[in-house]
Amino acid sequence: MQRVGVFVCWCGSNIAGTVDVQAVSEALKNEPGVVYSANYQYMCSQAGQEMIKAAVKEHRLTGIVVCSCSPRMHEATFRKTAAAAGLNPYMVEIANIREQCSWVHKDMMTGTEKAIILGKAAIAKVNLNAPLTPGESPVTKRALVIGGGIAGIQTALDIADAGFPVDIVEKQPTIGGKMAQLDKTFPTLDCAACILTPKMVDVAQNEKIRIFSYSEVTDVHGFVGNFDVKIKKKARYVKEDICTGCGACVEKCPMKKVPNEFNLGMDNRHAIYIPFAQAVPKVATIDPNACNMLKNGKCGVCAKVCAAGAIDYKQKDEIIEEKYGAIVVATGFNPISMDKFDEFAYSQSKDVITSLEFERLTNAAGPSAGKLLRPSDGKHPHTIVFVQCVGSRCAACAEKGKEYCSKICCMYTAKHAMLTRDKYPDTEVYVFYIDARTPGKNFDEFYRRAVEEYGVKYIKGMVGKVVPEGDKLKVQASDLIANKQLHIDADLVVLAAAIEPDKSARPLATMLTASMDTNDFFTEAHPKLRPVESPTAGVFLSGACQGPKDIPETVSQAGAAASKVIGLLAKDKLTGNPCVASSNELMCNGCSTCERVCPYGAITYIDKEFRMPDRTTKIRRVAVVNPAVCQGCGACTVACPSGAMDLNGFKNSQIMAEVDAICK
Amino acid sequence: MQKITREQLLEKACALLASGEVSCVLGWGAGEFGYDVTPTVFKTAEELKEGFVFGDFCGVNFSKYLVSKTQKLEGKILVFLKPCDTYSFNQLLTEHRFDREKVYAVGIPCEGMADIAKVKAIAGEGIVSIEAKGEKLLVTTLYEDAPVEIDAKDVLAERCVNCKSKKHVAYDELLGEEGDVLDSARFDEVARLEAMTPDERFAFWQNELSKCIRCNACRDACPACTCEKCVFDNPNSGVENKSPANSFEEKMFHIIRAFHVAGRCTDCGECSRVCPQNIPLHLLNRKFIKDINEFYGEYQAGAEVGARAPLVNYTTEDLEPGEVFDRRGENA
Amino acid sequence: MQVNEYKPLIVAFCCNWCSYAGADLAGNNRLAYPADVKIIRVPCSCRVNPMFILRAFQRGADGVIICGCHPGDCHYTSGNYYTRRRMAALFSMLDFLGIERARTRVEWVSAAEGAKFAATMNDFAEKVAALGENKRLEDLRCKK
Repeated sequence: MQRVGVFVCWCGSNIAGTVDVQAVSEALKNEPGVVYSANYQYMCSQAGQEMIKAAVKEHRLTGIVVCSCSPRMHEATFRKTAAAAGLNPYMVEIANIREQCSWVHKDMMTGTEKAIILGKAAIAKVNLNAPLTPGESPVTKRALVIGGGIAGIQTALDIADAGFPVDIVEKQPTIGGKMAQLDKTFPTLDCAACILTPKMVDVAQNEKIRIFSYSEVTDVHGFVGNFDVKIKKKARYVKEDICTGCGACVEKCPMKKVPNEFNLGMDNRHAIYIPFAQAVPKVATIDPNACNMLKNGKCGVCAKVCAAGAIDYKQKDEIIEEKYGAIVVATGFNPISMDKFDEFAYSQSKDVITSLEFERLTNAAGPSAGKLLRPSDGKHPHTIVFVQCVGSRCAACAEKGKEYCSKICCMYTAKHAMLTRDKYPDTEVYVFYIDARTPGKNFDEFYRRAVEEYGVKYIKGMVGKVVPEGDKLKVQASDLIANKQLHIDADLVVLAAAIEPDKSARPLATMLTASMDTNDFFTEAHPKLRPVESPTAGVFLSGACQGPKDIPETVSQAGAAASKVIGLLAKDKLTGNPCVASSNELMCNGCSTCERVCPYGAITYIDKEFRMPDRTTKIRRVAVVNPAVCQGCGACTVACPSGAMDLNGFKNSQIMAEVDAICK
Repeated sequence: MQKITREQLLEKACALLASGEVSCVLGWGAGEFGYDVTPTVFKTAEELKEGFVFGDFCGVNFSKYLVSKTQKLEGKILVFLKPCDTYSFNQLLTEHRFDREKVYAVGIPCEGMADIAKVKAIAGEGIVSIEAKGEKLLVTTLYEDAPVEIDAKDVLAERCVNCKSKKHVAYDELLGEEGDVLDSARFDEVARLEAMTPDERFAFWQNELSKCIRCNACRDACPACTCEKCVFDNPNSGVENKSPANSFEEKMFHIIRAFHVAGRCTDCGECSRVCPQNIPLHLLNRKFIKDINEFYGEYQAGAEVGARAPLVNYTTEDLEPGEVFDRRGENA
Repeated sequence: MQVNEYKPLIVAFCCNWCSYAGADLAGNNRLAYPADVKIIRVPCSCRVNPMFILRAFQRGADGVIICGCHPGDCHYTSGNYYTRRRMAALFSMLDFLGIERARTRVEWVSAAEGAKFAATMNDFAEKVAALGENKRLEDLRCKK
C-alpha cells in the first residue's frame, strides 16, 4: 500500500475562490492510502515545495497528489520536488482543479464537489503508480544522408562541419540531383552549376563525408541513435578508387546510341559514361544494359584504352553494412509522367517539352549547347507557349495528376519566359496560368519584371488542346479575363509538369517505418513545430521528399535537418520517456497485432523459452517493446487482444481506477 | 447427408500415419451419444478404427486445438478441416498462433452440420441413435417404437443454413470436390434487428443475454479466443472473475468478447453452436463483420494469411463515429 | 435539504496533446461548462480501451465522450485514426444492443479550441441529461 500525501493548492484565489480548499483536503484525508493531507496558498512556490519535501520525510510518503493547476503547467515542477525529496519523480499525480474546475465552475459547492472527485481519481491512480526510470541508449556518432541532391549535399556538409562523419547514398552515378540539370535559378538568375558544383567539390574533399554513389539503401533496422543499415553499392564495372575520370574510355566506346538520362533523352551518351563534366565522383560507369562486353562479351575497348586499368567487367554488387545514429531522407522529386496529358500532344510532337527539358535546352552543357532550338528541326522558335499547372492542382482529375500545388512552377516559368525574351527579343512568349503564385522573397518583383519589363504575355486561362499541324503547334486556349477563345500557332510548347516524390521514397519509408501522406511525401513530426523531423525518432527530412520546395527553401530545410542531427549526435546517451509500453510476456500471444498499429516500429518479436509448471519447456513468440523507440501513445495496448500490452504511467488498472473513482 | 464418408477419411488418416507423414490425427471421437462428438487425438490406426467418427454432428472447428496441440505433440498433426474451419486456420496463422510446419491439413467438403436442438425439437428427447440415410436422418428415441425420419435440411445448424463458403482457403491436400464462396443471407438477421426500434432491440438483447450463465463455453470454443491469458481470467484486467451478480464483466462480457474478436472473427459460428442457453451470440460478431464491411470495405477474416484486420488499420478518409448513426437513420 | 435535481455523470477521456490542453484553454478563458464533466487524461485517444468506456457506464456514468486530435494532427501520427475505427465499431454495437446513441460521442478538439471544448461539453451534457439516468447498460443482463 502506498503512503500518499495530498497537497491542495489555493493558487491564491484562483482555486480558493470557487473551491473550498479546506474541505477538499479534509475530504481527501480519508481516501485509501492517504496518510497526510494539507493545503497551502501557492504549492508551486518555494515554500510550498519545501512543505511537500518536509511531508515526504516526516510521513514517509511514497506517493504525492497535488490538487492544483493543469499538469501541463506544473507537473514537471512537482516531479522535481519529489525527486529532491528522494522520491521517484513518477510517483506524483496532479488533480487539475484550476483550469478544469475552479475556472470553469462558478459556484463554490459544485466546484468543491468536483475538486474532491478529481482528487479521489488522482489518489486512486497514484495508489497504482510504480517508480519509473527512463532508459538510456548510446548514440552512434555517424549520420546517413539518403539522396545526393542539393538537400542531401547541404545537410551532409553542415553535419560534417560540426565534426561528425556523414555518408551520402545516391542512386545515380553522381551527386548533384535535379539542381545539376538546371540552367539558371530564380529569382537571382545565377547559374545553377556555378553555385552547386563548388558544393559538390566540397563534399568530395571533405574528410568527414563518404559518398556512396550508384548505391541504394536496402535494409534498415534499429532505432534512434542505433540504426543498422545495409547499402547496396551497384557494380559500375569501374574501380572507383583507380579511375581518374579522364574520359578516354568514353571517347572510344563504340556504343554511342544510349539515350542520355542527364539530358532527359534529348541526346545520346555512350555505354560507358560520366553523366556530366563536373560529376562527383568523377568516375566512369558502364551501363550494363548497353555495354556489348557485359551483354555478350564482345568489345573490351574501354579496358584497352584505360591507362589506369580501372575497368573491371567482373565487378559485383557490394553490400556495405554500417551503423548510424541518425538518418536524413533527401530523396527529392521528379516531374510526373506526361502520359496521361496527351491533350498537350507531348507524345505526338518533339516540340512539346517539359520545363525540365527546357532547362536542358537552354543550358550551355545541354544537347543544343545552350541555344534555344526546336528539338524537331533545330530551328529557332518564334512563338513559345508555356502551360502552367500541368497535373498540379488537379482536384477534379486526381487519377490523372496531383491535387497539390507543385509550388516551384510559377517561378521557373517566369524565369524561362524572362530569359527567352532577354536572349531572343524577337520571340513571342505566352504563359497560361490559373494563378501566378509568387510568395517568396523577391519573387513577386521577379514575376512582375517578366510581365512589365520583358513583355511576357501572361494569360489567365488554361490550354485545352495542342494539335501538331505541319511545323506548327496549334494551341487552343481560353482567356478567362477577356472571356474568349484563343488560337495560337506556336513553335514550341513547354509544359510545367507537376512534381512528385521520387519512386524510391515509398519503399524507403517502409524500411524506416517513417510515415507518408497519400501523395507519398514524408510526413513531419509536427507540421508547424517539428517540420524537419519525421515522426520516427532519429529520421529527419530534407528537401522535396517532404513536399514541393524551391532551392532556397530546400537549403534552409537541409540546414535545419542538419542542426537536428547534430543536436542528436552531440549526445553520448539518449534518455527516453519512461512512459512507454511494455508487454507481459506470460500473457503475450505473439500475434503481431500490436506491431501493426505501432507508428514507430518499436515492437519486435522473439522466440522465448518458457518453463512450464510440469517442468517442460515451451518456446513461444512474444512481443518486445524497444523503450528507446516507443513514444508512449498506447495504440498497442488497445489492439492487444490478451491485454498483455500495457503502458507505463497510464496502465489499464490506473485508468480503470480513475474511472471507478469518478463514477463511484 | 455428408458426401464424404468416415471410411474415406479413415483411409486417408491411416495411410498418412503409416507413411510417417503425420504422427497423430486430430479428429472427431465418438461421445456418449451419437451427436455429442468430442475432439480427440488419435495416435494409431487401431485407435482411429475404434473411436474415429464422422457424420452430421461433426461441427467442431479443430483450428483452435492446433494452438495447444502443436506445442504439446511431437511430429506432424493431421487435421481435417471443413471449408469454414480453414478460415479460422488462416486467421490463427496470421496471428502466429501455431507452426504451420507441424500441421498436415486435409480439406474436406461439408454439406452442412445438423443442430441437435433442432433435431430434438422434432423428434423429442431421449434420443438413442441418429443414422444418416441419404438426405434423411433416422432418429431413434426411447419413447417411439419406430425411428423418426427427419429431412436433414430441416435441422441444419443456423450457421450452415447461411453458409458463407464451401471453398477451402488453406490445405495441404483436398479430399472431394472444391466448392465456392457463397452468397449467403447471413446478415439478414442482423439487418432485421437493425430495423427494429432501439427499445425493441434492447428488449431482444435483454431477453437473450439474461439467459447467460457465464459458463464461458463461447469463449472456450472460439478459435479467435486463444489468448495465453484471457482478460476474463486475469485478476489485473479489471474484468476478471466468473459470475457474481452485478459485477462489471457480467454485464459487459459479451460486448467485450465480441469487440475483442472483431476483425478477427471468421464467423465460424462455434460460439452459438456451443452455447447451452442457445443465445444467438454469432449475431454480435456478425454485427461487427457487417459494420466493418459497410464502413471499411469487404473483409473476410482468414481469407488470406497475413491480412491486416480492419480495426488495426485505417484510412485518412474513414467515417466519423457519429456518422455511423447518420447513415442508419432513425431505427437502425 | 434541497431536492436533488438529476445531474448526469459524464466521463471525458481527453488526449494530453490536444483536447486536454483545449480544456485548459477553456479554463484560462473562463468558459463554463457543467461540473458533471470529469476529465481523465490519456496520452492519446487511441489509449482509450472500450473496456474503460463500458466500465464507466457500468459504474454509473450517463455519458462517455472521447476527445482527440483532429484527423491528421495526431501527436503520434495515427492514433486518432485507430480511435475513429474502434469507436465507430463500438458505438454501432452499443446502438445495436439498444443503448441510447447520445450517451457516447467522439469529438476532435485541438489545443487551440478552448471554445469548442466548452461548447462540446455543454452540448453533450445537455443531450445526456435529456436522456436521464443510464439504466440500459446497467440492466442489460439483469434477471428478468
